[in-house]
Amino acid sequence: MRSLGLTFSEKVLSRKAGRTVRAGEVITVAPDYYLSHDNSSAIIGEFKKIGLKKVVAPGKIVIVLDHIVPAADEKYAQNHKVIREFVAEQGIRNFYDIQAGVCHQVFSEASFALPGRVIMGSDSHTTTYGAFGAFSAGIGRTETAILWAMDEIWLRVPETLRIELSGKFPRGVYAKDLILKIIGDNGADRANYEAVEFAGPTADDLSLASRMTLANMAAEMGAKNGYFEPDDKTLEWLRARAKGDYEIVRSDPDATYEAILEYDVTALEPQIACPHTVDNVKPVTAVAGKPFHQALIGTCTNGRLEDLEIAARIFKGKKIHPRVRTLILPASREVYLDALKRGLIEVFLEAGCVMLNPGCGPCLGAHEGILAPGEVVVGTSNRNFKGRMGGRDSEIYLASPATVAASALEGKITDPRTHL
Amino acid sequence: MIRGKVWKYGDDVNTDVIYAGKYTYQQLKPEEMAARALEDMDPGFAKGVKPGDVIVAGKNFGCGSSREQAAACLRAAGVQAVVAESFARIYFRNAINLGLPVLQCAEAADQLKPGDEVEIDFAGGKILSGGRVFNFRPLSESVIEILEAGGLIEWTKKKLNI
Repeated sequence: MRSLGLTFSEKVLSRKAGRTVRAGEVITVAPDYYLSHDNSSAIIGEFKKIGLKKVVAPGKIVIVLDHIVPAADEKYAQNHKVIREFVAEQGIRNFYDIQAGVCHQVFSEASFALPGRVIMGSDSHTTTYGAFGAFSAGIGRTETAILWAMDEIWLRVPETLRIELSGKFPRGVYAKDLILKIIGDNGADRANYEAVEFAGPTADDLSLASRMTLANMAAEMGAKNGYFEPDDKTLEWLRARAKGDYEIVRSDPDATYEAILEYDVTALEPQIACPHTVDNVKPVTAVAGKPFHQALIGTCTNGRLEDLEIAARIFKGKKIHPRVRTLILPASREVYLDALKRGLIEVFLEAGCVMLNPGCGPCLGAHEGILAPGEVVVGTSNRNFKGRMGGRDSEIYLASPATVAASALEGKITDPRTHL
Repeated sequence: MIRGKVWKYGDDVNTDVIYAGKYTYQQLKPEEMAARALEDMDPGFAKGVKPGDVIVAGKNFGCGSSREQAAACLRAAGVQAVVAESFARIYFRNAINLGLPVLQCAEAADQLKPGDEVEIDFAGGKILSGGRVFNFRPLSESVIEILEAGGLIEWTKKKLNI
């Protein structure tokens, strides 16, 4: 018989359901927020099919334009226009236009990502808010339209995979290397339908930005949501930002987990995901020397200040290899501004990088740095599926900002420890 | 029951290869979406697929993005069902919400070959092919209700009496 203890996800969903629920049960809940982005125009189309005039809870809708910003062509411009008109017509206050940044960063900075909140997002990397102790999961467009109409959604209470982290990161090794290692070891579907709870002393040591990197990429193991227990760092972040009230929800000490994995980072090396799956992970040393064409530093996975600082430290006073085009994509306007004030942007421009405006940029292959057939990119983003960033025969390698920066200087995949 | 041909693929078929990101934020008509289905993985699929055909794949079908067109484009192409060893969770939800049956059946995923003729008995939880019978756990009543309504939007309209 299982213990009486509940996991974080069971507890949060129990509160929403108004009764104790356990993994495997299917419940209907009213989430606290629902996020969408450029796909809001498609959601509006679905919403209109239902035949309702008004969304039921405009205060719960958060829309951030980030995928193709500013509009790359007339079709995208029309999408944005439809969204702006709908936002005005429906009185949706939580709307962030093209200047704000990637939805997951903006949503966190605006502090909708609060401990104990239930958040649904029409984007697969909605798992990111687990970094703040929220329950957040990705859904599709049609479901989002139904949320706008009904303020309810069915959810299966997930089992939880707990990952206990210990040890101190060696020089040149970061949260990104750890999550790539975990995904590589366990496979792209290891946490399918599950919650992934990151715990242990090393989880406590991580900055919120690094926790966001882990929770973000939990999606690449198939996870429904990620989770870190809120601590002083979380509270410090919220003190300056939190708009609403929140309640910290923790797993019980006797909660039942599907499994517990243990990772000691003491001997971890820089990791890289090779084409064309995120779980095709090797130590950087195994592919070092491979030439490439484009470097990308940024995105919702690694576009925060700490990521840009690491890259700038490596670039400072140096020049990018002449064959490599290096794109810098801060995750938000706030990050960009902070980086500017600290002089990082100057370092990037002097090194020969191209500054892109905050947004999703080339990560999903829609604009701003599409790859030609046969080209290779080394980036800090989260997916390396075939053809994702351009031509069908192009290749995507995923690594930490340090690995990407060191590689950009050398013009070939490079172990960043030689540059730090 | 509708008879169709098997299109067979491997593990971790992701949403980018089912429906490329560059089309995701363009509003395309169903037939235009169908013409782009699987183009980065199997360029012959869109031309060759016939109504009633079945996609058979390994584990974690539909992993990656939450883009719904990855389910919509297959339905638009006339695909009767996707049979896989397992599905990525957002894809599973999207497919049902758009009226595309997704069936979990490791045995069929393993044994069916490209070009096999299959028939699917949804209510009975059976996939029939050349004298072989593969059982899958029948879909739950609520899922069948959504599929029969033609997807979640139609189902909601019924529920709201619109």
